[in-house]
Amino acid sequence: METRSDDGIPGTPIFDGRQARKGYALNAMCFSFNDESNREAFRRDEEAYCRRFGLDEAQRQAVARRNVAALIAAGGNIYYLAKFAGIFGLDVQDIGAQQTGMTKAAFKAMLERAGRS
Amino acid sequence: MATIVGSVMTSHVPAIGRAIARQLEADAYWKPFFDGYPPVREWLDAARPDVAVVFYQDHGLNFFLDAMPTFAVGAAAEYRNADEGWGLPTVRPFRGDPALSWHIIERLVADEFDITMCQQMKVDHALTLPMALLWPGGGDWPVRIVPIAMNHVQHPLPSPKRSYALGAAVGRAIASWSDDARVVVLGTGGLSHQLDGARAGFINKPFDLMCMDALVDDPVKLTRYSTLDLVREAGAQGTELMAWMAARAALPGPVRKVHANYHVPISNTAAGLLAIENMAASLARAA
Repeated sequence: METRSDDGIPGTPIFDGRQARKGYALNAMCFSFNDESNREAFRRDEEAYCRRFGLDEAQRQAVARRNVAALIAAGGNIYYLAKFAGIFGLDVQDIGAQQTGMTKAAFKAMLERAGRS
Repeated sequence: MATIVGSVMTSHVPAIGRAIARQLEADAYWKPFFDGYPPVREWLDAARPDVAVVFYQDHGLNFFLDAMPTFAVGAAAEYRNADEGWGLPTVRPFRGDPALSWHIIERLVADEFDITMCQQMKVDHALTLPMALLWPGGGDWPVRIVPIAMNHVQHPLPSPKRSYALGAAVGRAIASWSDDARVVVLGTGGLSHQLDGARAGFINKPFDLMCMDALVDDPVKLTRYSTLDLVREAGAQGTELMAWMAARAALPGPVRKVHANYHVPISNTAAGLLAIENMAASLARAA
């Protein structure tokens, strides 16, 4: 069966070929953050670093806003974005809280409840 | 001929690496997770594997979207970990087993699995953390490794059915290796979790527990799920269950559950651990 980004599992992005094409530059930039020297270059001059990878306007705005939902909509893949988030000391629970509109404490409480169900 | 002693399947959440680096094993949050491992280490000590064949996924350390193999078999003499973007301490290098790697590659292609062959390959937390959990404490790793990476980054992913068939073919390849090595097969990832989207934080305990039971007694049952079924039931990143399925499929004949543990949450994830012994290998050892 073909998997597509609009298959309709609520609240669940599917990183398929369409997203991978759209997000190539953004994900390439995030992949570069495996190297500390590249993280440092980004911290030094964010705009220049984004330009070097050819991010489009939507991607640059999402980067500037540190907005994970917008980054995903712009083709970002969560595994590469996790490297971007790490630059700001954000972990996957911060990312989860941001996407669900919860505080981090409320998000963590939701996870704890899932263990008791 | 080589002997498959059993399979160990475990979660590989990056936060585990942070907890090990900060020595938080006895911390209240972490204890129920780390307490699962000593019984499995005891079993491994008795089973004495020489090699670990590891089904896992690379999360953007070695592979990028420029070239994303569906299944990639490592054939290096040595594998190294590296910074994955978070500046965590890296683990000591792993010795490979090129002879077994090439034997598996030959057999898989003869079996019509069109895999990618890698003589250079960095290994990320999905391989290093399970190894550190099973053989903690530093020093040389007591086993050589053969890493087998499965694409769980970019859809279309290989299906559960195909992943299971791959595991079975790897099991046949190991069993036909002329060396008398003892081999343990690892599968890493999962269990249910989702990092992205408005459903982030999704966990499905009943589904996970059903899968852990099925992996012991009726693993073929899980091959009826499609990839999207797994996304729905186990979360967007819960598809890593397929690495567990591949590891389980490598075991021939009757098996016995050695130990299991399940704890929610570790970070955003339902953490699972399951060790299964190949009965034939265990009887031969007792004799």
